[in-house]
Amino acid sequence: MPKPALLSSEQMAQFASRGFLMMEGVVPKRINDQFLNDIGKVPESEISDPMSYYGKVMGTSAIPVVNAGVPLSEAYPDENAITKMLALPKVAGAVKSLVGDAPSFDHHFLHMTFPPSFYEASSRPQASQHWHQDSTIDPRQAFDVQIMYFPHAVTAKMGGTRYLPGSHLRIVSEAAIGRYQNIKGQQFVTCKAGTLLFMHMGIWHGGGLNLSNKVRYMFKIRMCPTERQERLWDTSDLGNDHHEQRPIFWTGLKGKTNPIHEMLTTPEPWFEYDTGRLEYINRVLFWRYLLGDDSFDADYWLTRVENEYA
Amino acid sequence: MTAKLNQLSVRQQVMVLYTANSALDTGVIAWSFYDGTGKTVHMAGDQNDPPYRTGLDALLDGWRLIQASPLISHVSGDEFRTDYLKYEFFFEKMIEQVVQMEGL
Repeated sequence: MPKPALLSSEQMAQFASRGFLMMEGVVPKRINDQFLNDIGKVPESEISDPMSYYGKVMGTSAIPVVNAGVPLSEAYPDENAITKMLALPKVAGAVKSLVGDAPSFDHHFLHMTFPPSFYEASSRPQASQHWHQDSTIDPRQAFDVQIMYFPHAVTAKMGGTRYLPGSHLRIVSEAAIGRYQNIKGQQFVTCKAGTLLFMHMGIWHGGGLNLSNKVRYMFKIRMCPTERQERLWDTSDLGNDHHEQRPIFWTGLKGKTNPIHEMLTTPEPWFEYDTGRLEYINRVLFWRYLLGDDSFDADYWLTRVENEYA
Repeated sequence: MTAKLNQLSVRQQVMVLYTANSALDTGVIAWSFYDGTGKTVHMAGDQNDPPYRTGLDALLDGWRLIQASPLISHVSGDEFRTDYLKYEFFFEKMIEQVVQMEGL
């Protein structure tokens, strides 16, 4: 089996800062086709509403029913499309970098987003899904990863998953954020077939409104680490200057310096002025956790408030 | 026998703006609409551009502010925690519209 292609430090820093990594079209057509053939699709003409479609697909799908807590490596049969997807070097490398060698399986689910025709006979109006954070309040520094697998191309009309970069470190209670409708910087997945989105479990997200004439599929797998998530990626590219501080605010005309420091202190369009600074602090704390090194800082955000004398 | 009667009635439109700090004249970072007239339907992810640049712009356009989030002290030991959007302003507009009522 080819060696897993571990993530680089910049990719990890992007994950730490923004809460996701996108791998566009990384899953080849043969696996996407197998997955779509195996999910138990039924002719859309035979279905009257979303719930009966779900029922029929769940009843005939080759997607296995797996107990929570099973090692991820044992969750899928050898010839299953997901086994093949997880074995791709870039995918295996990302999983190993984020949740280690032996992650456990939490759950998986085939999400389906239905076109307007499925709602015509129903009293339920078609609507996008509210913003939410999965599971429940989760204040850990350890983190689970969710892979969102888009087995077919997703166009803007198909209402691809909406997500909010940088929201993963906000501690909220699941759908309590449903009151928000639009947030500056929100993203919508439009992608090639075989795209994967690796998400920190805390990312705010929701399903979009499918205005096409086809059902949209997205398969999500949640996995949990069974080890401390420290330096699991390829750290060989961490420069000697990784701990070096740079000028703050009054920076002259000098260009950008350390890209990892830069990522950890780049705001998202939706950051409030004051809590944006707390986001930098939380990103630095998260990066310290990943590095296993409490002396790391970027732009003095933590050093300044830790400068205390007994 | 009942007859349908047209009557003038009032319905509430609610707009929620989230701003970049506690001042109404700072930039809008998130927003929601709930339309009690039933004439428009809004939902998550339906717009990419805020309806107003600031909360003050909404006042200038006739929206009435009905609630603002308070400033809350930070819990000792948990000062760096972030969670919900912090600066929330509820606005309303009352809209007159003709509705059909059941009459005798």
